[in-house]
Amino acid sequence: MNEFLLCAAGFILLTVAAGLFRVLRGPGDADRMMAAQLLGTGGIAALLLIASATPVAGVADVALGLALLAAFASVAFVNSVGADDGQAREADGK
Amino acid sequence: MSVALDLFSIVAIAAGAFFFFAGSVGLLRFPDSLTRLHALSKADNLGLGLVVLGLLPRVASLLDALKLVAIWALVLLSGAASAQLIGRALRRRGGDE
Repeated sequence: MNEFLLCAAGFILLTVAAGLFRVLRGPGDADRMMAAQLLGTGGIAALLLIASATPVAGVADVALGLALLAAFASVAFVNSVGADDGQAREADGK
Repeated sequence: MSVALDLFSIVAIAAGAFFFFAGSVGLLRFPDSLTRLHALSKADNLGLGLVVLGLLPRVASLLDALKLVAIWALVLLSGAASAQLIGRALRRRGGDE
């Protein structure tokens, strides 16, 4: 059973690595942000699988921390994009 | 009994991994940013949700089970919120790419 969990974690990381290709090709920075968020969530899933498969303590807490940080990354990106559009919109708005 | 639980875990985790795969393929293949966002948020919430569901019967104590569900709830909330924010940022820029 543990082998299956580790294989599933490896498979999820492989799919996330394939998803990261979008970072290279992504036309807009929003696509790059999406790929980064998918990496965050895939990392959390893999960490949880590894936490359940191996007796190492604290891996689930690492996943909890990653879950929090992945959220902040997206919000930081949106603020940086939103801020530029805000000024641009107000500039040509008047 | 434990065989049934193991079987349930295997099926749930396989389904979760499948949704991750579907989401990543969607992220790569879809033509437009907003459709990619749709595929991504599906993979995030559903894939992780099924993995957590598959891990729940294997967990040692109730506290670990609560921690798993808390992680999933946090990712659900942050994933949904950031997907909405990214979508608004895309719409505000006219979604020209």
